[in-house]
This record gives sequence, structure tokens and C-alpha cells, in this order.
Amino acid sequence: MLRRKMRGAIATAVLAATAPLLGGCQFEVLDPHGPIGVDERSIIILSTCLMLIVVVPVIAMTLAFAWRYRESNEQATFAPDWAHSNKIEAVVWLVPCLIVAVLGYVTWTSTHKLDPYRSIAAAVKPIEVEVVSLDWKWLFIYPDLKIASVNELALPIGTPVNFRLTSSSVMDSFFIPELGSQIYTMPGMQTKLSLLATTPGTYEGISANYSGDGFSDMHFAARAMPRADFDKWVAAVRSAPQDLTMAAYRQLAVPSERMPVTYYGNVEPMVYHDVLNKCADGSTCTDDAMHLAMAKESFGDVGLCDAARILR
Amino acid sequence: MMGDMMGKLSLDAIPLHQPIVMGAVGFMALGGIGLAALITYFGFWRTLWSEWLTSVDHKKIGIMYIALAMVMLLRGFSDAIMMRTQQALASTGGPGYLPPEHFDQVFTAHGVIMIFFMAMPFIVGLMNVAMPLQIGARDVAFPYLNNLSFWLTAAGALLVNVSLGVGEFARTGWLAYPPLSELAYSPGVGVDYYIWSLQIAGIGTLLSGVNMITTILKMRAPGMTLMRMPVFTWTALCANMLIVAAFPILTATLAMLTLDRYLGMHFFTNTAGGNPMMYVNLIGAWGHPEVYILILPCFGVFSEVIATFSHKQLFGYTSMVYATICITVLSFVVWLHHFFTMGSGADVNAFFGITTMVISIPTGVKIFNWLFTMYRGRVRFATPVLWTIGFMITFTIGGMTGVLMAVPPADFVLHNSLFLVAHFHNAIIGGVVFGCMAGFSYWFPKAFGFTLDERLGKISFWCWFVGFYVAFMPLYVLGLMGMTRRLDHLDNPVWHVYLVAAMCGALIIMCGIAAQLAQIAVSIRNRAALRDLSGDPWNGRTLEWSVASPAPAYNFARTPLVTGRDAYWDMKRKGVAHRPFSTYRPIHMPHNTGTGVIVSAFAAAMGFALIWHIWWLAIGSFAAAIAVAITHSFDENRDYTVSPDDVARSEDSYFEQLASQA
Repeated sequence: MLRRKMRGAIATAVLAATAPLLGGCQFEVLDPHGPIGVDERSIIILSTCLMLIVVVPVIAMTLAFAWRYRESNEQATFAPDWAHSNKIEAVVWLVPCLIVAVLGYVTWTSTHKLDPYRSIAAAVKPIEVEVVSLDWKWLFIYPDLKIASVNELALPIGTPVNFRLTSSSVMDSFFIPELGSQIYTMPGMQTKLSLLATTPGTYEGISANYSGDGFSDMHFAARAMPRADFDKWVAAVRSAPQDLTMAAYRQLAVPSERMPVTYYGNVEPMVYHDVLNKCADGSTCTDDAMHLAMAKESFGDVGLCDAARILR
Repeated sequence: MMGDMMGKLSLDAIPLHQPIVMGAVGFMALGGIGLAALITYFGFWRTLWSEWLTSVDHKKIGIMYIALAMVMLLRGFSDAIMMRTQQALASTGGPGYLPPEHFDQVFTAHGVIMIFFMAMPFIVGLMNVAMPLQIGARDVAFPYLNNLSFWLTAAGALLVNVSLGVGEFARTGWLAYPPLSELAYSPGVGVDYYIWSLQIAGIGTLLSGVNMITTILKMRAPGMTLMRMPVFTWTALCANMLIVAAFPILTATLAMLTLDRYLGMHFFTNTAGGNPMMYVNLIGAWGHPEVYILILPCFGVFSEVIATFSHKQLFGYTSMVYATICITVLSFVVWLHHFFTMGSGADVNAFFGITTMVISIPTGVKIFNWLFTMYRGRVRFATPVLWTIGFMITFTIGGMTGVLMAVPPADFVLHNSLFLVAHFHNAIIGGVVFGCMAGFSYWFPKAFGFTLDERLGKISFWCWFVGFYVAFMPLYVLGLMGMTRRLDHLDNPVWHVYLVAAMCGALIIMCGIAAQLAQIAVSIRNRAALRDLSGDPWNGRTLEWSVASPAPAYNFARTPLVTGRDAYWDMKRKGVAHRPFSTYRPIHMPHNTGTGVIVSAFAAAMGFALIWHIWWLAIGSFAAAIAVAITHSFDENRDYTVSPDDVARSEDSYFEQLASQA
């Protein structure tokens, strides 16, 4: 608790010291609206302070030594053959070692604590969202609510959101700077991320990994809102005329730029599964292919349906 | 018929409808024609061919490497200016002047050119110029191979430049991550230009690595034990070990990408079991050692410069050597920090975060050692020292932001942002570019026989130094504001201010580059006044300063005997430096050969043909390159002997110069 308070104090001090320099502009990463982002900010500030313990003296000594021992300064000691000192060498190896030891400890604990795959603990039941990055837009599927939206993500505040993410084509990175951690989205693979928003607001979401011509406009709005507003939002999406069928998904997957926010009132259950297993185009799903291969190994030549039955 | 003969190539490949591209092509063509006209006017063609292009002399090859690097610096910097102006102009909602498909090529070309065709040739050039002289060798171990290595690098650079006017360059970012770089998402020739220019240049780099290691391990003067080698030679040894260990990974990775693109295989594709994550890992396994390939020799340059101009022995030589070795080994276990955000588990991320921090320990030790070299010295603020002090300050900051990003949770919000861009420019400009410039002004008199104009050198340094901070500090800020990299347009008035500031920084750096070009021109004009008669303009400590400037083709009339570190300093102190010999022995030297140029020309033709699927030309030029190389191996007339009289004449004139100085 004390440590947290101290970190908070350091953070405030550093921010206060730099604020005038920055003229009150917005530091999304340093002004987070969720616990993940807040923790990450503390780590940035703590690590920076730890490193400044070495960096500031090094820069000061560089300038001081260069000036003190300038050629024209005849008064300074001149020892052209002095090139070794066990004491100095011990210090220059030990000090960086100590700082790295402390930083290493911080790294180990914080990396485990802030593992994006780790669900955020909360009293409320988390919301599940399936994310698909497409050329060049974002699809958000709420599997439990059976709704989906493009380029708009709604989050009830105070509720952890567990994302499962994949991509339809190339690599992107799902990132809402004001909430914290980003994570890559990759075709045929699934990554996970857990975030939580504490204050209502609209935060910009981006792809943080270049993905081709339309990349610069690949934004989405992450709207954090109180539960009641979220329920209204869900109702609004539900009333949308179109459904996210496989056909609708295939249409969505055609590259396009600056696609307006679009709602889908209902979602075919296998859409995310099929995208992840690369069978949205009607080909064999990778999980089925793997089951088939495993079944073949155990039972000889069997068809796809048999394989599925056997494994079931 | 004609269509088949030329593969995918047709007149449509020339981007006539793009005025900016055509302007750049025209500018480059004009430059080339102007240069050719000048050479013709001065009747320099024959000398150029027989004394330079075909030279197997490491000193001349070094100069050619650095000339290539400087030309490519101009090209890479034009890309930088285009990016900075585009982002400044297109940050308030407008489209700017570069459409995405052009902007994407620009940032890819900028990265590829600056790393592979500016920094690498510069470093290899400096090693060529200085290292054999530092160890008291006549030349490198394989002089012809050295010439071939240079020309293969030049062939790669040529292909990158050809892509400007014929076809397009990759639009994938400089590491060409699949699936974006796969045929499905990059069907054009851009990625093929990328692949073949890097493959051809990469073979040159690898061969050069083998050559340098052999030279350092086998050709040191008697008495020069490993722990008596100059630190620059040590760093060159480690960097070349890294080249030999890491470049094959790049070659193999790009070869797999090639198989995917050309033969429909599935190493990194989305389908049929391909796995793009494998490419990302492999390219990182080459990519991080690559960073140290670039920075280690620069650390060597700074070590030489700071000791020489402080008139003092380098502090903590042993520490310095072990720190270099530590970095060399550790550089292979940090690559995953390039993609903490890929979803590896916490254990893996934390492991690679910590190894990355550990590598900062030996690096920190080096900085302290340079500091304590100045301590109780007499520091002369010559241009190379300014670059060194500028480096110590700038690189420390770059190191700090690097370690910060090595903490995975910090990286989760900073990854791929402009904070990252600022960090690696902080390390690469502050480290590699400043190192190259320090080495350039330090060894220039050894290579050409006259020193560089100090005033313009200092102006150049201050422009680069100030320009760097003005250009990249705003990018750190923008990164913390959540701005990601590679945006061709955006709409944010707050960010706009910072982007304009960054553009001004780039313009200041441009003044620095202009001052450097002016420095070279002015120095050539005033070369008589700037003449270095002694061969030792800085009161140097290592063997390269013990011979005339420029060094004679055979380097040392007699192989020096080394009795300690700072061998030349030692000789000067004992009063045994520059003792004329009464007799000289004949010196065995290699002949120049055009084989390297011809083989590389065929390699470039092969690359071009492969890019455009002109199969007959690809097969033909590959066969021709191999045939020329084999024919060369039967050439028995490969060496000549410098007679003792010629050696005596050349040495006598040097001693006369020395006497005229005294």
C-alpha cells in the first residue's frame, strides 16, 4: 500500500514537473482511464526514475570531465598513463548490476501481474468480446449477447472485458492507448487481452501495427459507459436490421477504408470460430483438419464426419 | 513473344504518372550524367577503372564503401525528409502530398537503405580503412574477395535504386513481415526488389565477415596478442563474428519467403500450415545481432578517438574487451523484445526483458570507461571528439529509453509508437551515425593525406546534434500521446505542432549533411594547406599512424614488432618510431582484378531478372557469374612484387616529409 502511495507520489511529482513543458496537452498513455494503463504508467515512471540514477550522473560527468580536462586547462591533473583502478571498475560494474537487478525484479513481477492473458479480477461478471481485424476495419463480436459492431466498441465501466482476438488477413495490433496494453492480432491464431475502463468517455482505438494502404484510417471508437447506457447501446445494436452471417462476413472482409460504424443485430454462432480457423471462405477449418489428421493416425482412413464423431 | 521474353516487365513499370517519383529519378539521372561528364572531362575513366573499381587494396575498397554509404545516406535522408514533411502537412486532416502507396514505399526504403546500404557499408568501410593498418598487416586475408564483397553490396544498392524508376519498392516496412509481404497481400514486385537486393548485398556482407575474421585472427603483426589489439580491432572482430553467425539467418529467412512467393510454398503464409510468427522470430534472431554489428565498431571508434584526443591510455582496456564480448554473446538472446505484444507467456516475455536489461550493463561499463579516459587527460575538442561526447550524452538517453521498453508492461503501451521510433533513432543516430562521422573525420587524413576542415566539421556536428534533439524529442512525446508509427495522414491539431517541430529538426540535420558535403569540398580545395606530412596528425597511439598518409599500397615497408598495447605510442616513447631501414626486402602484393565488378554486374542482372520473372536472363546471368568466378580461379597471374628500390623510394620520400616537419 505504502509502495503504491509512493509510486503515486512519484508519478504526480514527475507529471507536475513536466506539465508546464508540455503545455497541458493530452498524454493518452500517461493519462489512463483503466487499472491496466495506470499500472503501466507507474512502471514507466518507476523504471525511468531508477535509470535516471545512472543516466543523470553519466551525462553530468561527461560534461564536467570534458570541461575540466580540456586541453587549455593547465591546472587540471594530467596522468597520461593512469588507465586502471580496481575501485572505479568495481563501481562501474556493480552500480549498473544493482540497478538492473532491481529493474529485473520489477520486470518479472510486473510482467506476470500485467500479463495480457490474465483476466482482471472483479466482483462483476466480465464481458466477452471477440475481435477480428480486417482490411482496414475492426469487427467486435459479443458472443454472449449475440451482437456485433464494426469500428465501435462499447464497454460498461467497472466491468472487465476479456478480448479474444484474431485477424482476417495480415497482422494488426489492437490498441486503445488510454486503457493500456496492446496485443497483436494474427490470422489463424488467437491472442487474448483483458482490459477495464473506470471512467466513461470515448477513447480512440487504433491498429498499432502497419497493415497496408488503409492502415492510417483503421480507427475505432472505444466507448466506455455506465451499465445502463451500455444496455441501451446493446438494445440499439439488437434492433439493427442486418445480421452477421457468414455471407455478411465475407462481404465485410473485402478490403475497404473508413467504413462507418455498423451494427449487426444478430450473429451466426460460428463466425469467429470460422475466421480463426480460416474456413470463412468455405474451406476446411484448421481445427477440423487437425482432428482429421489425429483420427487418421489412430483409426486409419476416415472421413471428416467420422473423425468429428470419433473425437466427440 | 516480346512479352514472354521480358517476363512481367513492360513500359507500364515506369511510374511516368507520378511526378514526385519521376522528379527523383530525373534528379538521380542528372547526377549520374553530371558525374560521368566530369570523369570524362578530367580523363579519369582509365584511372577509375584500373586503380579504384578493380582495386584489391583494402584502403581503397574502404573508401569506396564509405562513398557508397554517403551516396545512400543522401537517398535515405531524402526519404526521411519526405516522411517528416508528409506527416507535418497531413496531420490536420488533409491528405498531404504523398498517397499511401507512395508513403508506404518511402518508409520501407528509408529503413532498408539506412541500415543495409548506409550504416553497413560505412562500418565495413571504416573497418577496411583502419583495421589492417591497426594490426600491422599488408592487406586483408583475401583481397579479391574483399573487392567482390564490396561490389555485391553495391549491386544490392543498385537494385534498390532501380526500383525507384522501374516498378516499385516494398510497401511492407523494412522487416517485411508476412503475411503482408506474401504474394496474397503484396502481389507487386516491391517485395521481390527487397528480397533480391538484400540477398545479393547479404552475401557480400557475409563474405566480408569471413575475410575480416581471418585477417584479424591470422594476420596480426608479431607480438600483437589478442589482448594487445586496439579496441577498434576487437570490436571489428566481434562484429564480424556476429555477421558470420547472424547473416545466414537472414539469408535463410528471406530464402523461405522467396520460396513462398515464387514457388507457392507455405512457410509463412496464412494457409496450408504456414506460420508468419516464425518469420518474425527468425528476422528478430538476425535483427538484434545486426544492431550490435552496427554499434560495436562504433564503440571501437569512440575508444580510439577518446584515448587519442585525451592524450591518455584508454581506461579499463580489459573491461572494455570483456564488455564487448559480453555484448556479442548476449545479443543473441534478446530478440523477442521486438514483439512482446505477440502474446508469448509472461515467463517468456519477462526472460527476454531481463536479458535485454542485462546487455545494458556492459554497455554502461563502456560509457564509464570513456568517461574515465577523459578524467585526468588533456581533451582536445577536435571534430571527432565532439561526435564522441555528443554520442556519450545522446546514446545514454537512447539506452535509457531502450531499457524502459525492455520492461514488457511498458512496451505494451509504447510498442510500435513514435516513442519506439524515437528510441531506435536515438540509438542509431546517436550511436552509429555519430560513430561513423567520428571515424570518418578521424581516419580521413590517413585515407587521403590531408585533414578535413575543422570549422565546417564542427558546424556539421552541431547541426546534427541539435537537429537530432529537435527532430526526435517531439517523437518521444508523440509516442506517449499514443501516436503509432507509419501513419500517412492523421487529424490531430495537438500532434501537428510536434510533427512540425520534428520536421524542423530534420531540416537542421539537412544543414548538417550539407555542411559535411561542403567540408569535403572545401578540404579538397585546401588540401595543400591541410596536408598531413607526418602521417600522424593527431599524435596517435595505434599502428595506422606509424606510416605515411595516405599509406603506401603495401602498408608497412617492414612488418612492425609489437611490444605492448598502443603499439605506436610505445615506439614513439621509446624513440624507435620512424627509424629508416638501410635495406628493404621485396614485397609480395596482389594484382587488381575486374572479376568482382563483372561477377557483381551479373549478380545485379540476375536479381533484376528474378524480380521481373525474366527467366532466361536470370539463368544466363547466374551461369555467367559462376563462369567468370571459376575462370578467375584459373588465373595464375595474380600477384606481383614491389622491388626493394621502389619501397626505398616511397619510404625515403616519407622520411623527407617527416624531416621537413621537424
